[in-house]
Amino acid sequence: MYSEKVMDHFMNPRNVGEIEDASGVGTVGNAKCGDIMKVYLQIEDNIIKDAKFKTFGCGAAVATSSMATELVIGKTIEEALKITNKSVAEALDGLPPVKMHCSLLAEESLHAALWDYAQKNNITIEGLKPPVEDVHDHDHAHDFDEEDAN
Amino acid sequence: MEKIYLDNAATTPVRKEVVEAMLPYFTESFGNPSSVYQIAQMNKKAVDDARETIANAIGAQANEIFFTSGGSEADNWAIKGIANAHKAKGNHIITTKVEHHAVLHTCEYLAKNGFEVTYLDVDEFGMVNPEDVEKAIKDTTILISIMYANNEIGTINPIKEIGAIAKAHKIPFHTDAVQAVGQVRIDVKDQNIDLLSLSAHKINGPKGMGVLYIRRGLKIENLIHGGAQERGRRAGTENVPGIVGLAKAMELAYEDFDAKIEKMTKLRDKLINGLLESIPYTKLNGHPTMRLANNSNIGVEYVEGESLLLLLDMSGIAGSSGSACTSGSLDPSHVLLAIGVPHERAHGSIRLTLGSQNTEEEIDKVLEVMPGVVQRMRDMSPLWEQVVKNNK
Repeated sequence: MYSEKVMDHFMNPRNVGEIEDASGVGTVGNAKCGDIMKVYLQIEDNIIKDAKFKTFGCGAAVATSSMATELVIGKTIEEALKITNKSVAEALDGLPPVKMHCSLLAEESLHAALWDYAQKNNITIEGLKPPVEDVHDHDHAHDFDEEDAN
Repeated sequence: MEKIYLDNAATTPVRKEVVEAMLPYFTESFGNPSSVYQIAQMNKKAVDDARETIANAIGAQANEIFFTSGGSEADNWAIKGIANAHKAKGNHIITTKVEHHAVLHTCEYLAKNGFEVTYLDVDEFGMVNPEDVEKAIKDTTILISIMYANNEIGTINPIKEIGAIAKAHKIPFHTDAVQAVGQVRIDVKDQNIDLLSLSAHKINGPKGMGVLYIRRGLKIENLIHGGAQERGRRAGTENVPGIVGLAKAMELAYEDFDAKIEKMTKLRDKLINGLLESIPYTKLNGHPTMRLANNSNIGVEYVEGESLLLLLDMSGIAGSSGSACTSGSLDPSHVLLAIGVPHERAHGSIRLTLGSQNTEEEIDKVLEVMPGVVQRMRDMSPLWEQVVKNNK
């Protein structure tokens, strides 16, 4: 059900860990829903020098966290903001439809870490919205209509 | 790499003896049992003999055994067939919150069509209290459907007592025995069962083959309409190889039964105790003793079930999980939630179910691999990070 790339990033996740005194930290998801992503960013001169993550979740959640950190390292903040759930999923050669919300968590956790960085440094990042309380509340799309399944 | 298959509650390999018994009925003995010529009449006899074997295995008479396409059809037929046949008397059905979806979704369908359904709670082990069944009965109750043993956590219900209550109130009693058959001795007369569903592929038989036992004299409507097969109650040309295969599988399942179950129970307990002892923050889901000989279900905190399954698969071990990510929905297993397991731990549950082919060496291998697999996921988990910090 998973692409080879997803399995590779699940089995050999890149950038697992924490960054001490990180420039920004973002956590999204909750244990009740079965996935939590925590992203640490090290930002110097508007460039993301390093990124690490810790994730509680399924194979897709781990793989999207790994890919998102890999995509974001070396990017400017403006470039990092352009990383969407779709670009993370595409970089992994796609995700099963039911797992697309995992890539959304990856996008949201990057944004949450950038927001934290902006708050700490009292700056405004153009186009960055405050992190949502719970990503599951507003978008956790079913890939089928339950009415039809019964 | 050697594969260790521990998902026998999902399905089982077909035994060699079963395949051999089935083979002639695909080629030389291909006749339609409804036809009059000799080739066909031999097949009619094969179907009759199989019916007799299956009836004997569960304490029924041959004319109470009806072949279906599997457990789901048997459940659908029992519930819709009884509901429709008895709707002049009432519209109330009693079932439980932990049934298989073949029962739950059928009841939900009927609820949309004018029936009233009571979903009984179960205790922390997943067991139904017979007193709750009695209390739920109304004048309008026309069916009680309660599973023999649970497919996720293996808990065995007090079926005989529940059956006695149904009998005293003259209410038809159906039990989904798909998981129990082959692991529990079943006697439909002694255990007061009016309808029982079973499936071949859970007992080393072929997929797509099941039975609904219907007590003689019980009024029930047809589910599948058409030809006069199964004495006019279930249309469709008989799946002769499947029927023969099911009968062979039944025969083998109850051969040398006590010794087999004792051996499997020992392996199960070795697996359960080994996992609970070697991995911190784990808990057994389901009943410690009133549980199927093949079932282990462990709640592992701070990790998610699907990722555990993927890592286990990489080590050649096949299991299943109650996590939302393996169910295709957002909620974890309805069974685990019903026994009070919090969402967090339900996502991290892992079910390993034994089959007759599993060996002690395989269990040793699982016990060797599993702690490392869990630790690997925990090291990546922000929840575990919190636990480690709190313990410092």
